[in-house]
Amino acid sequence: MKKIQIIALLALSVLIYACGGEGASTDGGSTSEAAMSGTIKIDGSSTVYPITEAIAEEFRTVAPKVKVTIGVSGTGGGFKKFSRGETSISDASRSIKDKEAAACKENGINYIELSVAYDGLAVVVNPENDWVTSLTTEELKKIWQPDAQGKIINWNQVRDGFPDAKLTLLGPGTASGTFDYFTEAIVGKSGSSRGDYMPSEDDHVLVQGVAGDKNALGFFGLAYFEENKDKLKLVGVDNGKGSITPSMQTVKDGTYSPLARPIFIYVSSKAVNDPAVVEFVNFYLDNATDLVPDVGYIPLPATEYEAQKAKFKAFLAANGGK
Amino acid sequence: MNNSQINQIKDKAFQYFGIFCTLIGIVLLVIFIGSILIDGLGRIDWNFLTSLPSRKAEKAGILTAWSGSLWIFGLTAIFAIPLGVSAGVYLEEYGKKNWFSNLLEINISNLAGVPSVIYGILGLEIFVRTFKFGGSLLAGSFTLALLILPIIIVATREAVKAVPHSIREAAYGMGASKWQTTYTQVLPAAGGGISTGIILALSRAIGETAPLIIIGALAYVPFVPTSPLDEFTVLPMQIFNWTSRPDHAFVVNAAAGIILLLGITFLLNGIAVYFRNKWQKKVKW
Repeated sequence: MKKIQIIALLALSVLIYACGGEGASTDGGSTSEAAMSGTIKIDGSSTVYPITEAIAEEFRTVAPKVKVTIGVSGTGGGFKKFSRGETSISDASRSIKDKEAAACKENGINYIELSVAYDGLAVVVNPENDWVTSLTTEELKKIWQPDAQGKIINWNQVRDGFPDAKLTLLGPGTASGTFDYFTEAIVGKSGSSRGDYMPSEDDHVLVQGVAGDKNALGFFGLAYFEENKDKLKLVGVDNGKGSITPSMQTVKDGTYSPLARPIFIYVSSKAVNDPAVVEFVNFYLDNATDLVPDVGYIPLPATEYEAQKAKFKAFLAANGGK
Repeated sequence: MNNSQINQIKDKAFQYFGIFCTLIGIVLLVIFIGSILIDGLGRIDWNFLTSLPSRKAEKAGILTAWSGSLWIFGLTAIFAIPLGVSAGVYLEEYGKKNWFSNLLEINISNLAGVPSVIYGILGLEIFVRTFKFGGSLLAGSFTLALLILPIIIVATREAVKAVPHSIREAAYGMGASKWQTTYTQVLPAAGGGISTGIILALSRAIGETAPLIIIGALAYVPFVPTSPLDEFTVLPMQIFNWTSRPDHAFVVNAAAGIILLLGITFLLNGIAVYFRNKWQKKVKW
């Protein structure tokens, strides 16, 4: 039964793809996707990796001879290779920095940023915690800003009425893009945080930590909460317009702010002459709606993907691509 | 109680302490391997071994990772063993003993302790960028070969040093040249020690991840490498990738991958030990 569903899904995605791909292949080129070959080199953020992997996996069903390889050097490491012309596409969980953009320019590489999905950050507590249902962004800042180090150590300091209980904090390590994003959105400066929390690069450790301590507070990617719903309690975030809990809906319509962000792929102008890369990017944007939720992320609205496709098409035209 | 009784008690005490220490190691190992086997053994089947990576845990396979690991193992062995053994033999048998050789010796020993990430950076600059190998098997195995060279050199020197000098004298006495002596007497006698060093070094190479990440080994490779210039992934990278996924089903995959990595390491070491023993039996004076 499952097999039939998978086959049906594949057939459907091929069909959708065939319809959507038409616009891109009106250049009169005789290469059909199945006959395409070559290599597409992708590197970058490990946050975006699962999505790109899902797309690459499905892309094989329409263009089996194209070799897509994906690395996980991190957003910064990915841009380094991208600016040297070593990769065609770069996965990024943040926008390109000025320095990285300058390096691209130096090597004559133009690029385009395409949003491919949303990533939400979940603030979580232990299910036995019966006093927190939501926190304001000011309260989160009070907890996480550098000045809080060694000072804000009890729940009753966070808000009057909270019980006298030790505040245990957990979060991703400083090397993580999630950490950069959280600190920028909450504290106001990327990387600016108190140091006396329990960091781990392994999100499973953070999940276990919060699940095992009644007084714990932690944050990590929404996908990790979704997989561990039974062990954690989600905290709503109030940015002044009432408490919003992150969900498919609230992330998508932008109300879960500021802890939701778009994530990107960057395409190099050096790669636009390769029809395989062009097909891959169009395939990416055409199938993201179906594949992004599969790996625990939140897709953009359908109209937004159309807008990204149009943006890509203009980029192709401007850089002499097909 | 007289002195000899006290000594006997001390003797017993040390014996039990030794047993206790050994048991700690064994018990921990049994717990680790046991939990990994429970988690992952059920996941290993033909499909798992022959499938490409996938976003769906139950569909994902490990084909490209284990084939990449075998390639890396083979190429690294080809580069590192002749270089390492030759260098070790030269330093011990041919090289003059002076301040320069002392300096060299100290440096080689130090190199064995340099963190593997440093070798990764070196490999990135030299093999990936200067020689333009890209993130290929060739670049990866050259880097790992550099990483394990000091271990092989040191092991070779120690093994060669341990061969009694009288053997050499006897060979010279029969009119053998230096090379004939080394090849027919010293090397076979030192073979056991040398191969132990090689086994340890290659086991380390097959478990390394950090330098390969630096030189650009990939997370997703949907094809089996067919030439040394192909890009690749290896088992430890695939395992690491799976453990960091939110979906718990991938943790089972990771456990299965660990079993496979252990299995391959045991198998390769087993083959090496077999040949070592066979070789050693031939040495008769």
